[in-house]
Amino acid sequence: MSGGHEHEHDVEYTAPLGETELRVKALESLLTEKGLVDPRALDELIDLYEARVGPRNGARVVARAWVDPAYRKRLLENASAAIAELGFTGRQGEDMVVLENTPRVHNMVVCTLCSCYPWPVLGLPPVWYKSPPYRSRAVLDPRGVLREFGVAVGDEVEVRVWDSTAEVRYLVLPERPPDTEGRSEEELAALVTRDSMIGVGRPKAPERRPR
Amino acid sequence: MNGVHDLGGLHGFGPVVAEADEPVFHAEWERRAFALTLAAGFLGEWNIDMSRWAREQMPPARYLAASYYEHWLWGLEHLLVERGLLTREELEARVAVLRRGEAR
Repeated sequence: MSGGHEHEHDVEYTAPLGETELRVKALESLLTEKGLVDPRALDELIDLYEARVGPRNGARVVARAWVDPAYRKRLLENASAAIAELGFTGRQGEDMVVLENTPRVHNMVVCTLCSCYPWPVLGLPPVWYKSPPYRSRAVLDPRGVLREFGVAVGDEVEVRVWDSTAEVRYLVLPERPPDTEGRSEEELAALVTRDSMIGVGRPKAPERRPR
Repeated sequence: MNGVHDLGGLHGFGPVVAEADEPVFHAEWERRAFALTLAAGFLGEWNIDMSRWAREQMPPARYLAASYYEHWLWGLEHLLVERGLLTREELEARVAVLRRGEAR
């Protein structure tokens, strides 16, 4: 593990593993020996969800919906199929519903029971999404939670909170930011944040272009 | 079924704390626990509802004190034992061997 000078470093740097780390190592070694898992497959899965699947996928879906009304319509009618058109399919995203924010309705997504989240378009959820404070309060005091995220929602706007399940996963379609006429789909995608697709943030404002 | 995992509407958990530029995983063991859970799921011995149910069986006080991937690890151990892919004894024996190795 420690490269070239193992003997010195083992004494100097290798603290005893914590109980949880030991249990994970024990499981991996036993399952590998039994031929139930392949360590290379584990590396591949980690790389997939750490480096390749993430909110950039969802941002492409949102940007396409902003520039292409026909796509937007398909996305709102059958989200799973419309998202699959862009090549994003797979685990924890089999049955998707897209929730459209409007000047009158703000949507936000939670999983009060655990951590259900649309992996193919957002990747793995952040720790706060899986934590007791968000899971308990998103349904009790959504406007308070939104304020903590710096999102001001006027009293005239209805806030809808969607509790995910193992069957249905939600993606928020945020409103397109003002002053973005003529921007390319790629430029628009760069404005779409993960939090705006969970409904606890807004897309970034565009940088001003020199005139 | 209600239980400690059913957190919607409960009071007292404090503000939501979001980490800036949060990494996907916070430790190597989280990476391995995540991938082991997915890979073991591919064996087809259980479905997503069974894995959630297994995590929900964690004793309530431990559930609230544990981190997310500790829930996963707990559920995975129990499913593997329940489906006869592993015995509790061989798991604990392997943990003990590793602990001795690490303590040397």
